Amino acid sequence: MTSAASDAAVADALVELRSAGVRFGAKQALSGIDFSLARGERVALVGANGSGKSTLLRALHGLVPLSEGRRVVAAPAPRLAMVFQRPYMLRLSARGNVELGLMLQGMPRAQRRERAMRALERVGLSAEAGRSGRVLSAGQQQRVALARAWAVQPDVLLLDEPTASLDPTAKREVEALIDEFALQGITVLMSSHNLGQVKRLASRVVYLEQGRMLADVATDHFFSGPLPAEAHLFLKGELPWA
Amino acid sequence: MGLMNKRSLLRLAVALAVLASFGAGAQERSIVVASTTSTEQSGLFGHLLPAFTQATGIGVKVVAVGTGQALDIGRRGDADVVFVHDQAAEEKFVAEGFGLKRLPVMYNDFVIVGPREDPAGLKGRDVAEALRKLAAGNASFISRGDKSGTHAAELRYWKLAGIDVAQGRVAGYKECGCGMGQALNMASSTDAYLLTDRGTWLSFKNRGRLAVLVEGDARLFNQYGVIVVNPAKHPHVKTALAQAFADWLVSPAGQATIADYKVGGEQLFFPNAGK
Amino acid sequence: MNPFVESLASAAHLVTGADPQLLHIVGLSLAVSGLACVIATALGLLAGAAVAVGRFRGRGAVLVLLNTLLALPSVVVGLAVYLLLSRAGPLGSWGILFTPAAMVIAQAILVTPIVAALARQTIEDAMRDHGEQLRSLGAGRLECALILAWDERLALLTLALVAFGRAISEVGAVMMVGGNIAGVTRVMTTAIALETSKGDLPLALALGLVLLGVVLLLNVAIGVLRQWRLADDQRTEAVA
Repeated sequence: MTSAASDAAVADALVELRSAGVRFGAKQALSGIDFSLARGERVALVGANGSGKSTLLRALHGLVPLSEGRRVVAAPAPRLAMVFQRPYMLRLSARGNVELGLMLQGMPRAQRRERAMRALERVGLSAEAGRSGRVLSAGQQQRVALARAWAVQPDVLLLDEPTASLDPTAKREVEALIDEFALQGITVLMSSHNLGQVKRLASRVVYLEQGRMLADVATDHFFSGPLPAEAHLFLKGELPWA
Repeated sequence: MGLMNKRSLLRLAVALAVLASFGAGAQERSIVVASTTSTEQSGLFGHLLPAFTQATGIGVKVVAVGTGQALDIGRRGDADVVFVHDQAAEEKFVAEGFGLKRLPVMYNDFVIVGPREDPAGLKGRDVAEALRKLAAGNASFISRGDKSGTHAAELRYWKLAGIDVAQGRVAGYKECGCGMGQALNMASSTDAYLLTDRGTWLSFKNRGRLAVLVEGDARLFNQYGVIVVNPAKHPHVKTALAQAFADWLVSPAGQATIADYKVGGEQLFFPNAGK
Repeated sequence: MNPFVESLASAAHLVTGADPQLLHIVGLSLAVSGLACVIATALGLLAGAAVAVGRFRGRGAVLVLLNTLLALPSVVVGLAVYLLLSRAGPLGSWGILFTPAAMVIAQAILVTPIVAALARQTIEDAMRDHGEQLRSLGAGRLECALILAWDERLALLTLALVAFGRAISEVGAVMMVGGNIAGVTRVMTTAIALETSKGDLPLALALGLVLLGVVLLLNVAIGVLRQWRLADDQRTEAVA
């Protein structure tokens, strides 16, 4: 396994998985994962369906418990926020949905509204603040989800195929926002099927197959350098002209 | 989050407060009387109790069930007075120490009703004879089967007639385990025979083709007694108020009020206290 | 005359005549069942939510028990509450047998399992769909349950209305613990039972129609709420 990134910036690691494994009943979703996320990185997770990308994200976040290995977080503990493929909108306004996240973080009421409005502004949805979250378009809902994540001022933003269900315009809007957040200093770890997106947004690519990490290289390297056979096959399969 | 919890707590607090107010009956000047369906459904209480409350200022809450259940309520101390019509059971109640003293109050009589064409040919004055004729045929007879005063009386009459109903001697015998009203409804809708007290019969509105067929036998006499529940067994019993009720029933005023009660011009209950 | 037509006319007459006794009976029915419903909804929601999001040993057994309680016979509840509240029983010192409070308790016990079982299903389904997102936002399990319960409030309100309908139609249990005392614990259903046993079937039927009218209004309310929720949901779910 090649891992150009693992030597560098270990001291800067915000959250790590060491020899981690996750089992769901009989199925081994992840095994032998050594992964470290440093501040300021933009990492993409790629792999076929069922390769463990979602599980890795959730394990890093702490949503699923590890069956083996450890999850290590830096001190002081970094704040993590996650955006899923489907945004969950409560029966509340767009602003209300953003405020929910803030309320769960313990922010007092007076501040919540202000922060929520700023977050919506950030994603370009202040006009829709009062509309019910459920009537917004898919792209708008995903932007609300991003606003919700941004509002808590996270150190790390985890994204699980955030644009998979969106039309091209919405895809572009969401990508632009992720890019901006990364530029702002938020560490980004994102899983994606869209290799063009990976090229545009990520500086480092991690390839998973059947729960194992088979490659962890810089983006350029991934697309043009030598890779393990499986990763290579995957690339070929994914590229539209292969 | 905190807001939601507070709201639910508030709702609960209100609910409990209202609940408490619902149960506040214990403090007022009133008694609970366990009595039978015959006195309630005949309308006697509707006539009698307002007079009592006016005279004494004491409210009366009547729980009307079968005699057996009424005495059970008395045994448990859930009533202050029992007012039923089964002398043997009442005397046992007092003997067991659950009641202070049994006072006879009034009587009415039982009658046997049945389809007016009277296919079993029961019509007459002799109750034992009538029951023997019933047993000989297969006409339907509805028994309350619920340990009520009426049921106890019915079993006494079968015994008098020398017939053992337990052995299935009576072809058409049907035990419903129900109150007088339900039994009457049953008899009315299936053209069956039935023993009932005259009080309930006279105020019953769903007679169908039923008519009184057997009456006037001295043995059909149905005595009512009132007993104050013994405070030695149940200290919370409102003895003074309960005694006032019992005393009023057997007083000239009470007895007159009982005699006064008529349905369709007919007197239902005959006062006989102290006789 | 056809007894049903006769009773329909009687029912109309009863309602417009505004007989004070009838008003008291109707009012008491609504108050007792309303209060029982509030209590049952509060307890049932908490229990249902707890089971929905809880992860504890024996959860399967609790689920089976909960579903079994859905079929609790009302006469059994009536008897049990009667024995509890009787002076000869453990809670006799409360002195609430034969009062509306006892009726509220009996109806609440009868109806809570319904709310709990259905609330559990609703919240569990919502949890399956959205629990993860909420947890990623930092919600603990209980917070998840409460947030989802609030979000599903229309569905749960429908539940409360169902519970009310069940409570107000109860007769056996309230007869036993209330005693059907005139002016004190007589409600619609026990009044109907009484008039039936007095042989006044047209009046009983008329009272039944009045009760039916109340329950009908309730179901209209449920229907309207369902329509709102349906319309609300149809405008959403943009993400496939």
